[in-house]
Amino acid sequence: MRARFQSRRQSNLLTKRVIPCLDVDNGRVVKGLHFESITDAGDPVELASKYSRDGADELVFLDITASQEKRGTTRELVSDVAKVIDIPFTVGGGVGSVDDARDILLSGADKVGVNTGAVNNPALLTELMGIFGKQCVVVAIDAKRNHSEDSTKTMFEEDGKKFWFEVFIYGGRRSTGLDAIRWAKEAAALGAGEILLTSIDRDGTGDGYDVLLTQKTVDAVSVPVIASGGCGRPEDMCEIFQRSDVDAALAASIFHYEDRSVNWVKEILRDRGIPVRL
Amino acid sequence: MTDIAIFDYGAGNIFSLKNALERQGASVRIQTKVEDLRGYDGIFLPGVGNFDPAVRSINGCGGNGSSSSSSSDNNNNNNNSSNSSSPVDFLRVVGTTPVFGICLGMEMFFEKSQEGKEKGLGVIRGDIVVLPDTLKIPHMGWNALEIRRENRILEGIDDGSWVYFVHSYRASPADQDVIVAESDYDIKVPAIVQRDNFFGTQFHPEKSGAVGALMLGNFLRECSK
Repeated sequence: MRARFQSRRQSNLLTKRVIPCLDVDNGRVVKGLHFESITDAGDPVELASKYSRDGADELVFLDITASQEKRGTTRELVSDVAKVIDIPFTVGGGVGSVDDARDILLSGADKVGVNTGAVNNPALLTELMGIFGKQCVVVAIDAKRNHSEDSTKTMFEEDGKKFWFEVFIYGGRRSTGLDAIRWAKEAAALGAGEILLTSIDRDGTGDGYDVLLTQKTVDAVSVPVIASGGCGRPEDMCEIFQRSDVDAALAASIFHYEDRSVNWVKEILRDRGIPVRL
Repeated sequence: MTDIAIFDYGAGNIFSLKNALERQGASVRIQTKVEDLRGYDGIFLPGVGNFDPAVRSINGCGGNGSSSSSSSDNNNNNNNSSNSSSPVDFLRVVGTTPVFGICLGMEMFFEKSQEGKEKGLGVIRGDIVVLPDTLKIPHMGWNALEIRRENRILEGIDDGSWVYFVHSYRASPADQDVIVAESDYDIKVPAIVQRDNFFGTQFHPEKSGAVGALMLGNFLRECSK
């Protein structure tokens, strides 16, 4: 895994994007481990405003509110966040139709994240692209290593273990049997303008991003990829940018809990020779 | 207070632009008909949608039968009966009012686009062409401005400032003098163009942090002259 990855279709002229993520449940920012054990991390509007001022290149807002009827309050929240920031803003969570996407965009988001809704109905991606343009369509993929041998899947081997990457939906609660890297490729072909790729194995652990998952996905698609899941320290972000060709890295807890600004992380990246906006 | 109209052709998010202009102290109205654009200090053509439906809206016939199915259901603003009268000429309504086109809005300044079949406004000679498929498309992210000539909307903005792009097409002007700034994406992408009262950016100033805010403020000053 130390081999340098081949750089393909990648301009070194664009900066690498650092993206704080707000997981929002019932109007509060929360943080989980392996998609569970939620703890409160603050007010979304306050945090969004702080990140926007502190050098975030973009903001992702994921509504993890379980009940459908409480989603209405989220729209107001999206609109309040949009008023205080001047950077691109992606909103996801529970998007299953064109109307859901339109509601989010009309509340002030720039892009819509689609996850379970796209797995259940892949044609939705093409519909969204036709109406809003593919730059508005972000496909969020939650992937987990599956160690069962399956000749129909793309198998990998690391540290003597064989596995493939499986797509999970409904907030990581339900397996799908889908190969994540193939799904990324299909989603991009159908209309996704960007892939937000989360490693369930690493999410919330602070053990670093899943480099293999990330690079294999970047290799498979020609749209930008955002790595997510596992960032515990600025060094993890350095690692994913140095060992893969990923376009952007998303993180939550290092920004929520540490008394460190986004720009502090970006300065560390710059000192390692990674191009960032500062 | 500077009175600004944003022309809404019916697709996507124009609220970040409205928010950004209001933060700069402008009074902002969203208009969906060309004839309602009269009497403003400045007009914005925002950056979302597809070329043909947007041009049809600006020619006063958006959403009518000719619209493509993919966008017609969202392009409902011009469907009402007032369109049965002859279309109002956008350029005549605008006159010498400063116009700021963002991304697709800027692309409409040109004569035609590979994204569609309709004619653009033609205030700047040249075409809109698709980015080479050897590059990652869309060109999405923060890229640096390479300033080619001084311009009023660049006041206080340094060469090399970062701005946020998200686009799949680029301008190819017949006359290089209209290019105020470029960005390098393996090929040169015209980032800011200007001719007379028409200012255009390929990037999104409303999403470009402090640099974008400065640029919008400069344009608003231009409008209040």
